[in-house]
Amino acid sequence: MDGTTHGPDDARMAAGPGEAVGRAVTRLEDPPLVRGRGLFAADVNFPRQIHMRVVRAELAHGLLRSVDATAARALPGVVAVWTSADVAEIPSIPFRATKVQGLEPYCQPVLARDRVRYVGEPIAAVFAEDAYLAEDAADLVAVDIEPLPAVLDAAAPPAEFAPGLHTEPTIVRKGFGDVDAAFAMAHAVIELDLSVGRHSGVPLETRGAIARYDAARDLLELHGAAKKQHWNRDEIARLLGRPPSSVHLFEGHVGGGFGVRGELYPEDLLACAAALRLDRPVKWIEDRRENFLATNHSRQQRHRIRAAVDAEGRLLAIDDVFFHDQGAYVRTHGARVVDLAAGMLPGPYRLPAYRVAGHFRLTNKTPAATYRAPGRYETTFVRERLMDAIATRLAIDPIELRRRNLVATAEMPYPRPLDVLGSDVVLDSGDYAKLLDQALDRFGWKALRESIAARRASGECVGAGLAFFVEKSGLGPSDGVRITVDHTGTVELVSGAASVGQGVDTVLAQICAEALGVGYSGIRVVRGRTDRIEFGNGAHASRVTVMSGSATWQAAQAVRAMALETAAPLLQLSPEVLTIRDGIVQRKDGATEPSMTLAEIARQMGPNSPAMRGRTPGLTAEKWFWSDHMTYPYGVHCALVCIDRGTGAVKVERYLVANDIGRAINPMLVEGQIAGGFAQGLGGALYEEFRYDETGQPLSTTFADYLIPTATEMPALDVLIAEDAPSPLNPLGIKGAGEGGTNAVGAAIAAAVDDALGQPGAVTTLPILPGTVMRLLDRAAP
Amino acid sequence: MSETRRITLIVNGEHREAETPVRQHLADFLRGTLGLTGTHVGCEHGVCGACTVLVDGHAVRACLMLAVQAAGHEVTTVEGLSLADGTLHPLQQAFCDHHGLQCGFCTPGMLTTLVEFLAEHPAPSEEEVRLAISGNICRCTGYDSIVAAALAAARALRGDAA
Repeated sequence: MDGTTHGPDDARMAAGPGEAVGRAVTRLEDPPLVRGRGLFAADVNFPRQIHMRVVRAELAHGLLRSVDATAARALPGVVAVWTSADVAEIPSIPFRATKVQGLEPYCQPVLARDRVRYVGEPIAAVFAEDAYLAEDAADLVAVDIEPLPAVLDAAAPPAEFAPGLHTEPTIVRKGFGDVDAAFAMAHAVIELDLSVGRHSGVPLETRGAIARYDAARDLLELHGAAKKQHWNRDEIARLLGRPPSSVHLFEGHVGGGFGVRGELYPEDLLACAAALRLDRPVKWIEDRRENFLATNHSRQQRHRIRAAVDAEGRLLAIDDVFFHDQGAYVRTHGARVVDLAAGMLPGPYRLPAYRVAGHFRLTNKTPAATYRAPGRYETTFVRERLMDAIATRLAIDPIELRRRNLVATAEMPYPRPLDVLGSDVVLDSGDYAKLLDQALDRFGWKALRESIAARRASGECVGAGLAFFVEKSGLGPSDGVRITVDHTGTVELVSGAASVGQGVDTVLAQICAEALGVGYSGIRVVRGRTDRIEFGNGAHASRVTVMSGSATWQAAQAVRAMALETAAPLLQLSPEVLTIRDGIVQRKDGATEPSMTLAEIARQMGPNSPAMRGRTPGLTAEKWFWSDHMTYPYGVHCALVCIDRGTGAVKVERYLVANDIGRAINPMLVEGQIAGGFAQGLGGALYEEFRYDETGQPLSTTFADYLIPTATEMPALDVLIAEDAPSPLNPLGIKGAGEGGTNAVGAAIAAAVDDALGQPGAVTTLPILPGTVMRLLDRAAP
Repeated sequence: MSETRRITLIVNGEHREAETPVRQHLADFLRGTLGLTGTHVGCEHGVCGACTVLVDGHAVRACLMLAVQAAGHEVTTVEGLSLADGTLHPLQQAFCDHHGLQCGFCTPGMLTTLVEFLAEHPAPSEEEVRLAISGNICRCTGYDSIVAAALAAARALRGDAA
């Protein structure tokens, strides 16, 4: 298959479960976590450490007239107070991997210079002997801001945002085919105006940064890191003028990532700079209010979309203009969410012509970036609303309409003349129509329609809806894994990946165990550390199982081959008749003798073994998996909702996520990803929203205002994991499972609410709040 | 501002005596002063439930209680749930067996909340378990696996065959 590097030794794994892969085994991660023995950011402490507290803007937009830290500095126990003048030499926080030019002037300084642009923007940093004192001192920093009007509507006409800066740093344009001709010949044109609200990952663990400088080794360490250790390491080194090898990042346990955690933020730089300059370890732990104000927001977009269709409802063209509310600065993702939205909007459908303009707009709100299924949660909502609207207009059943437009299996791999994240979109494999049938069957769609009719007859306001989605996963280009068997036979796996709590250690251990022929539970997995492996691309974009999993498979195959080659002459057998079971090299035919343990082989390969003269010692191999193309999981969401006519509350009663992910390494963990992802999608569909008043003051700064689904909001959830379309792009056929549970929730629930209300197209905005539903109910009332 | 008091209390069965600032909340005292970092601080406004500990057997938000208020009381944290020989509490074991955690940050609060709940409701329905943990936010799992773990633990604690 093109786009994939296959070494001579990397066999593809056969379909179906193996000894370790495909098994719902328990997690390696769990024992310390259930005992309270994890190491989250706030659990990291160093002798002599001081605590940092950030003073933040309390106005959305204004000129920063003065920052007076006199009283704060005078407080006993305060070590230092910094304002922008103290960090003037540190460049703004950069962004990575975008082809969009000209965004640099829009990046965020570590402390605000002459103007504040959102409530929560760092203005000063206080360093004190304990965290309570640091907070006291922060309260004493007097900030004088001259207020300016706040820009809050990303769809408003573009204007000046700050001197020399525009509210529209860039427009992302993509497309193919003759859109205007398609609209000119269309049987019908359907036009919608749709919005997705501002919400985000909101992990239960807030951010943290613990920096210390080791003068003896001239080494700067940052603990509490996550997700992108190596890129962050390189950038911290660059921004602070140090060689990368003198900076190390360490990931402990991470209390959820979801896109927002582990990006490089101003506080990371402040902590590192302070550790260097103040010569004390510096600990910063974000509080929850700061997390709501300062950690990346996401999602907020407004789409004005048109579709041209023929008389049978086949798509001829889509023309979309959307406005992405980026907030006050461009952060580490650059314009990535706009790029993803523009590139992924067509989803699973055959589309002859497409034109999209994504307006990347600044507002005086918290900066935005990725959140689980970025650009897809939004555009699946938009695209599937559009499909429902087409079905209504042409009086075609919405399921039948989708069937007519789905890309067929025979068309796979299906290249779409688009790029996403700099890589060409090629839908690598899939049987979309089959999964749609399976989903409808599993959800009992036919019987459900009858029961809905009966319940409506008895006065209930119930409805069902569905949505189809295509995800993307396995963002390359590379990741590496080094596997070593030590002289006790213990296997260590060192990966450039990271973990944000999803079970990476277990999954990589299962793949290693399968390929090498050892038990998974004894494998020691190391990740998230820049001092143990030189490169790594981290944990995001549903890439770890695909990329690091494939590298694990290849490295373990290489160690296996090495072990067999070493053992064969000693056992006086040819390597071809040998295999490895439970860490013992023995004959394939089941004879238990002669045999040799991996520990014995590792000792044979030690640095002082005469056999290794002139060779690199160790039973160890490092492999780097390369991929030019992403792989595209897909699925169907089905929802049954019931609306309370008295309150407008939408209750999701039943829900199905059907998701083809090629191969489930651990079905239990895949279900966990999908269920958790669904809960987050549910939040964005019905409950979660960062709201602002007309002056740009945030109104959602506690868990009492920003409503995350609890156990009682969860419907009866069914998960159908399909493995009908393994990816041809990697040796295990894997597609990522991290985001399919989230992707289509807004879309499916919107369709179900429409159906319950009996008002096709009624839902145009997420989240669907009770007030909106009440207005819709009133509209329908006679 | 930094007035302190010396307090004595029982933590996980051990007699502890320590100096605490009067304004320090119990979660910071357990984590910072006693080094019991298993109790997690998720919101400091009493909504998320991550910091839940047992005080005299009852679930309490350790971020909403001052350390000095715990003087003379008996506190159990997640570190105190397993047996002296290290054997996991049936709830801890069930969380492992049923994938009741992903990142693990909410887990200590879930476990302590459920310890109290199962002590009072040895044979709960699924709905009752959901209500019992409805004051604890989990951002990773979607809760179903936690509910399954709790029901399995209830069976184990009753001595029913799993």
